[in-house]
Amino acid sequence: MSAIGTETIEGFGPSGVTAQSTRDRLRAGSVGVLLAALASIPLVANDYWLNAVLIPFLIMSLTALGLNLLMGYAGQASLGSGGFMSVGAYATYNLLLRLPELPLPVSLLLGGIISGLVGVVAGLPSLRIKGFYLVASTLATQFLLEWLFNQYGWFSNYSTSSSISAPRLAFLGHDLSSPAGRYLLTLATVVVVTAVAARLVRSQTGRTWMAIRDMDTAASVIGIPVSAGKLKAFFVSSLVIGIAGALWAFAYLGTVDARSFNLDRSFQIMFAIIIGGMGSIRGNFLGAAFMIFLPIQLDHLGSGVFGGAVDPGQLENFQKALFGALIVWFLIKEPRGLAALLSRAWTQLVSRINR
Amino acid sequence: MSGPILQLRDVSLSFRGIKALNALSFEVACGEICALIGPNGAGKSSLLNIINGVYRADSGSVTFNGEQFIRIRPAHAAHLGVGRTFQHNALFRHLSVLDNVLAGLIRHSRTTLVEHAFGIGRDRRETREFNRWADEIIGFLDLTGHRDTVVGTLPYGVQKRVDLARALVGRPSLLLLDEPMAGMNQDEKSEMSRLILGTNARLGTTIVLIEHDMSVVMGLSHHVVVLDYGRKVGDGSPEQVRKNPDVIAAYLGTAH
Repeated sequence: MSAIGTETIEGFGPSGVTAQSTRDRLRAGSVGVLLAALASIPLVANDYWLNAVLIPFLIMSLTALGLNLLMGYAGQASLGSGGFMSVGAYATYNLLLRLPELPLPVSLLLGGIISGLVGVVAGLPSLRIKGFYLVASTLATQFLLEWLFNQYGWFSNYSTSSSISAPRLAFLGHDLSSPAGRYLLTLATVVVVTAVAARLVRSQTGRTWMAIRDMDTAASVIGIPVSAGKLKAFFVSSLVIGIAGALWAFAYLGTVDARSFNLDRSFQIMFAIIIGGMGSIRGNFLGAAFMIFLPIQLDHLGSGVFGGAVDPGQLENFQKALFGALIVWFLIKEPRGLAALLSRAWTQLVSRINR
Repeated sequence: MSGPILQLRDVSLSFRGIKALNALSFEVACGEICALIGPNGAGKSSLLNIINGVYRADSGSVTFNGEQFIRIRPAHAAHLGVGRTFQHNALFRHLSVLDNVLAGLIRHSRTTLVEHAFGIGRDRRETREFNRWADEIIGFLDLTGHRDTVVGTLPYGVQKRVDLARALVGRPSLLLLDEPMAGMNQDEKSEMSRLILGTNARLGTTIVLIEHDMSVVMGLSHHVVVLDYGRKVGDGSPEQVRKNPDVIAAYLGTAH
């Protein structure tokens, strides 16, 4: 919707118009500043930060976004995210390998589309079943895909080891293999996909998804195409998760390894959106930050406090338990996630300043 | 008021051997407000569910706008122009009033996923157009003050009006209202009556409604059909129905 259109329709009275456009401008400005800051991070951050923290954080945000479109917006729960990541990774790997003349963004997008199509097939049961039963069927997809990539050597170009090294990343003659290059590739992809997704959820498609989520019987009675809506959600979701999977393999790990796309990964992504906030774009980044930064902090804290006095294995188990407890605490405290928590804190702050 | 927009012929429906509707026939004239009345369990809601395809009749036929069917999918009924509100609230409760109303227009959409994702092609124009239609209906049903409020937080009476707006925005030629005034106080009921009469008069929508409040029914409808245990026991103008001894015995005579 154009800015002019928004104002003439949404503005009832002059005050409404100014508040609306000021807020829009403020939002656009802050997004711009944030992007500039993110793009200039490689100038200051060391390789450890880029490799071990920021790249996985951005990719985790992208996978969370993908699952959130399906689960948070369209209300279809899935535990197949790891599987769709592996489809994206293996598809992109084979495209880079077999069609090296394709530019990198095209290979990434095609890999995502292939993952999206697999998602449509995996989403077919959603036309008949929902809730826990659908979770079980997406779980089957997860296991099937893991088995497929282990079983058939063609996908990994008959590599003898279970992990295969990723081809060289380059775009427009620039080598993107350095930490900064991989970070910028990831950042650019995340920004573009997030912008498109944010548009999509506010569009007719997003409204269809949310209608299905809130009340699917009423949706079909008022003529909303429920089945097509669900399959579109599976397509877009798996497409985004597939792109994220390819980035995970090429920009983060440097190898394509089916083991890094197992059920644990699917759970991690689901936790990220539950903690971040279902049905929120911002929530994906907050949830991913929680999932990536907190274990690192707990790790530092653990080694700092106990300093080798405790068995590292024990410490790791303790961290996992603490992490789980934090998740439970969060869900009780704020079932709508960090995004809701943050927006409430923000409104309180604004009202305090205005007072 | 011209010929019938809706005809039911010998419609029967049973649930596990229990007859919910028994060889029911009646007609609804184009442009009228027709009330379905009868005690609980008389089969009124089942009848609405057959007309818009949620249930399938065991036998008989339904003719809508000259098109005869026995089995129709709800989405297809909506495309043909059958609008519907629900007895129990069936709004999209996390969405704003505007988004709920806009959802009623999705079946008229001609745009694709790709157009939505990138804001290209016909998407922008359609969005503007749909917003204008939705705002018209929102204004028509006095919902402008609640336009951007999430419906789950609104009072029940207002939610019922949002339900009506969602059904009405797609400009149905036949509107089915399942107890539009259930749970409302007297003020809300007269407000809703006014809106239903206004819809019928200004938009020319034919309305079939289920209502228990007799004073509301008599004041609102042109035509009353009385059901009892799945059979039709009365059919005519409010005055005729009021005087019908069978109706009095079956329904009005009993203490309510």
